[in-house]
Amino acid sequence: MRGGEAVRLSRVRRARAAAALLVVVILVLAAAFFRLQVLGAGSYELQSRNNRLRPIPIPAARGAVYDRHGELVAESIPGYSLSLLPAPPDSALATLGRLAPYLSLESAGIEAVLERRRRNPQLPVLVRDDLSFEQVAAVEERRPEFRLVVIGTHPRRRYPPGSVVAHVIGYVGEISESELDSDEFVEYEAGRIVGKQGVERSYENELAGVAGTRYVEVNARGSIVREFPSDLARSARPGRDLTLTLDLALQQFTDSIFPEGDRGGVVALDPRTGGVLLLSSYPSFDPNLFVGGITEADWAAIRDDPGRPILNRAAAALYPAGSTWKLVLATLAMRENSVGIDTYMPTSCRGALQFGNRAFRCWRPEGHGPLDLSGAIKESCNVFFYQLGLRIGLDPLLSGVNGLGFNQATGLDIPGEISGRFPQSREWYDQMFGRRGWTESVVLNLSIGQGETEQTLIRMAQFYSSLATGGSPVVPHLLQSEVLEGVRESWALGLPEARRKELVSALVRVVNEPGGTAYWYRPREWTLAGKTGTAQNPHGEPHSWFVGFAPADDPRIVIAAIVENGHPDNRTSRAVPLASQIVSRYLRSEGVPPDRPIEEPVQPPTLGISGGVEGVQ
Amino acid sequence: MRRDRADVLTGLGDPVLLAGALLLAVLGIGMIWSAGQVDLPSGVTGAWRRQLVWLCVSIVAFALATRVPLRWLEWATPWIYAFSIILLLAVLVVGGGPNTRSWLRVAGFSFQPAELAKLATILLLARLLGLRKEPQTGLFDLWKPVLAVVVPFLLVMAQPDLGSALIFVVILVSALFWAGTPLFTIFMLVSPGVSLILGFSAAVWGVWFVIVMVGLYLRRPFMGEAVAVALSNLAAGALATPLWNRLAPYQQRRLLVFLDPDIDPRGAGWHLIQSKVAIGSGGVTGQGFGLGPQKRLAFLPEQHTDFIFSVVGEELGLIGVLVFLLLLAWFLRRVLRVAAESTQGFGSLIAFCFFAVWFAHLVINVGMTVGLMPVTGLPLPFISYGGSFLLTTFVGLGLVCRTAYET
Repeated sequence: MRGGEAVRLSRVRRARAAAALLVVVILVLAAAFFRLQVLGAGSYELQSRNNRLRPIPIPAARGAVYDRHGELVAESIPGYSLSLLPAPPDSALATLGRLAPYLSLESAGIEAVLERRRRNPQLPVLVRDDLSFEQVAAVEERRPEFRLVVIGTHPRRRYPPGSVVAHVIGYVGEISESELDSDEFVEYEAGRIVGKQGVERSYENELAGVAGTRYVEVNARGSIVREFPSDLARSARPGRDLTLTLDLALQQFTDSIFPEGDRGGVVALDPRTGGVLLLSSYPSFDPNLFVGGITEADWAAIRDDPGRPILNRAAAALYPAGSTWKLVLATLAMRENSVGIDTYMPTSCRGALQFGNRAFRCWRPEGHGPLDLSGAIKESCNVFFYQLGLRIGLDPLLSGVNGLGFNQATGLDIPGEISGRFPQSREWYDQMFGRRGWTESVVLNLSIGQGETEQTLIRMAQFYSSLATGGSPVVPHLLQSEVLEGVRESWALGLPEARRKELVSALVRVVNEPGGTAYWYRPREWTLAGKTGTAQNPHGEPHSWFVGFAPADDPRIVIAAIVENGHPDNRTSRAVPLASQIVSRYLRSEGVPPDRPIEEPVQPPTLGISGGVEGVQ
Repeated sequence: MRRDRADVLTGLGDPVLLAGALLLAVLGIGMIWSAGQVDLPSGVTGAWRRQLVWLCVSIVAFALATRVPLRWLEWATPWIYAFSIILLLAVLVVGGGPNTRSWLRVAGFSFQPAELAKLATILLLARLLGLRKEPQTGLFDLWKPVLAVVVPFLLVMAQPDLGSALIFVVILVSALFWAGTPLFTIFMLVSPGVSLILGFSAAVWGVWFVIVMVGLYLRRPFMGEAVAVALSNLAAGALATPLWNRLAPYQQRRLLVFLDPDIDPRGAGWHLIQSKVAIGSGGVTGQGFGLGPQKRLAFLPEQHTDFIFSVVGEELGLIGVLVFLLLLAWFLRRVLRVAAESTQGFGSLIAFCFFAVWFAHLVINVGMTVGLMPVTGLPLPFISYGGSFLLTTFVGLGLVCRTAYET
C-alpha cells in the first residue's frame, strides 16, 4: 500500500510537469503566430499579393506625327498583342508550339520569343503584337488550352510614307539593355517600345505617353484566374501628337526624281525659321520593317547593302565641300582683306597655278583668263581662289573658318548628326603630319574645299542660309516650334549687308548667266542663287554638289544636294538639276509668285545622264 | 436495472471530454469545407462530406470502445498487437501511397496500418508497464517495452514514414515516464537516438557525447549499462552519415528545408514558405472564412490535411488560431487529468500515452506551419482531413473515457 501511495504521489508530480509542458508549448506556438500575424503581417500580406498578382503593362499609344500641312508621317494603329505569362521554359515552349498554327509562328519566331523570355523571365513575354481580330478570336475560343496566354490591345506604329521619311522619323523598337541602364530611361521597364532613331528618338518623351498597368490574379500554376481590381492599376495615357516643319509632298517628289540607284542626299531649309523642309538620304529603307522587331532576313538585307541605307547622308556623312566652299573664302576675304566683288587676283587663270615646285590645277584645263571675284564664283575658278586663300594666309583662314562654326554640328534636333571637320590650328597639322611634314601649300587645297576639310550636307545648307538672309545662319530643326526658331549670331558672316548682296548676285550669275556652272538647269520662274561643287574623293568619280537658295531676293528655301560620284566629267552635274526641280516644285506649291519673265523651256546641250533632267523646268 | 439518461452519461466516463472532441471535429469539418473552396475545383472540394461520414463511423467506434471493460482489453492486447504487426508487414508488400507504402486498400477503403499499430503499441506498453507496482529502474529491465516499440518503429521507418515513426518514440518515452521510470534511465535510453540526429556534425555530437559521459559519471549506473550507453552513442554517431544517405531524397530535403526554407523555394521549401505567407497575411482578424487567397489560388499545399492550420491562420487570423489552440490545450489538459486521476494502472497509462501522442501531433503539425518543426506530414488531431486517423483518435478517446468511467 505504501508503494502504491508513492506511485500515486509521483504521478501527481508527473502530471503537473506534463501540464506545465503543455502550457509552455502552447505559449511558444502562440508567440510564433503572434510574430507572423502581427509583427510580420505587413510583409507577408505583400508577399501574398506578389505571389498571386502579376502586373500586365498596358502600352500607351505613341503620338502621331504630321508634316507641315497635316499629312501623316507616323501613326499608331490599334492592334492585338499576345503575351505569355512567366512560366518554366518547357511549358512556355509547349504553349508556343500549340499557338503556332493560329498565329502563323515560324520556328524562328518561337526562338525569338524564347530569347526574349530568357532576358526577362519574371515579366510576361510578348509573342506577337500585330495580330488580327480573327487570330485573337481563334485563340480566345480555345482558352482552356492556353492558360498562360494574355491577350491585350497593343498600339502598333505605322509609317504611311515608308522609306521616304525613314531618315527623318527614324523608327521604334524594343528598349535595349544599354538603354535600360541609362538615366534617360529610368522609368522604363524591359520590353517597352522606344524611339530608336530620328524624330521618334529625339522626341521620345513627348511621343511615348505613359504606359498603364493592370493586374491579374494567378494561381500557383501561373494560370490567370481573374482580373484583379487594384488601386495600383493605371490606364495608359497616350503620347502627344507632333507637327514637323517637313513638307511630305516635297519629300515624296524628291524621292520620285532622285537618280535611281545613286547615293546621296538632299536637305532643304526654310531660311526664315530654320525649319527643315526636306531631308532625304539615298538609298533608304522602310522604317515599318523595324516595328515589332525586324526579322533577321530584313536586317541582314539592310546591314549588308553596300549602299548603307541606314546612313543618313544628309546629316551623318562627311563630304569634301568642293567648290561650294569657295563662298566661305569669299566671305573671309571680303571681311578681312578688303577684297571687293570686283577685285582681280594678280595671276589670271591659265589652267593651273604654280606654287613652290607644284602646279595646282583649275578644273578647266584651258584656263578662265582674268576674272574678278564675281566672275570667279560664277565660273568656279580654282586659280582665283588659290590666290585668295594665299592672300588671307593660313592662320587667319583657320581662325576665320573656325569662327564660322565649321567644326561643329548644326544642332539639328534628331540624333546622329555629326560635326563638320576643319583644322583648328597649325598644331593640328604638326600633330597630323609632323612639324616638317607639311607646308603652307595646304592653304591652296583648303581654299577650294578639298584637303583636310569635310562637311555635312546640312552644315553647308546652314552656311548658305546665312548668305541668303541677314548674314546669320539659322538653326535647322524638324519640330514645328517657335522655341526652336532663331539664328546663330556667333556664326554670323560679319559682312555689311551690301557686301552680302554682292555675293548673292555672284551666286545668281552662277545659275542665271550663260557660262555659269549651273546655267543649263536654271528654273524658269524663279531666280535661283547657288553654287555647284565637284568634290574630288578617293572613292571614284567626283561627288556632285549644289547648294543654293531661291528666290534670290527673298529666299524661301535653301537647298543642299549631293549625288555621290555624280559628276563624271566636268560638264554634267546630277545634283544641280535635282536641286533646281525641287526648288521650283516647292515655290510653286507654296504659291510664291515668279520673280522673272518665264522663259521657254531650254534644252541643255549634251546630257548623258538620267533622272528626268531632259526638259528642265 | 433501468438505465436512465444519467447512467448513459456516466457510461461515457467523461461526457465533457466527448463534447470537446465533437466540437473540435465539427470545427475541423468546417475548416475542411473551407479548404475545398478553391478556384480550380479539385477532390478537396468534397472532402468535408467524406470527413463527416468518417466522423459518424468514429462516433460508433467510440461508443463501442467505451463499452469494452479494460480487463478484456488487457487480455486481448497481445492479439491486437500481433494483428497490427501483420498489417504493417502486409503494407510493405502490397501497400500504396504517393511517396511511401503506407496505405492498405480493403474493400474500397484506404487505411493506414500505422494508425492501428500506434493504438496497439500503446495497449501493449500499458499492459507491460501497468501491471507493476514498482517502476523498473534498470536500463536492461526495459527490454520488453523497448522491443514492443522497436518492431513497429522499424516497420514504419521502412515505409518510410518518418513522422509516424517519431510517434512511436513519443509513445515509448511517455509510457516509461508515466510508469515512473527514472528520468535518467529514459535519458540513457534515448541518448543513442540523439547521437544519431547530432551525428551530422562531429563537433555538436562531441559535445553531446561529453554530456552523456558526465551524466554517467555523476549518476553511476551499473557498469554494464554505462558501457552499453557509451558504445551505442559512439555507434550512433558513426552511423549517422550512412543512415542519412539511406533516407529518401524527399525526406532529406524536408529535414534540410526545416533548417533553411530558402534553399529550395519551388520544391521542398515551397510548403513552408507558402504556409508562412498564408498565416502571416491573415493578420489578427484573418481574410475571412473560406476566402483566403493563398488557399483559393492553390499556393497552399495539402491545405486540408497537413496544412489545415495554415488555412485557420490565413482565414481566421490570430484570433482564430488562439481559439483553436486554447480548445486543443483545454482538451489535452482534460485527457491528462483522466490519466492522473485513474486508479487503474493499465487505463491510466493508455490515457497518458494518448495525451502524449495527440500533444506531439499538435506540436509537430502546428509547429511546422510556422517553421518551428520540420515538415513531417503529421495530421492535426480532430481537425485534419483523414479517415483512419480520425477513427483511431476516437477509439483512443473511447478508451480514455472508459478509463475515466472505471476510475
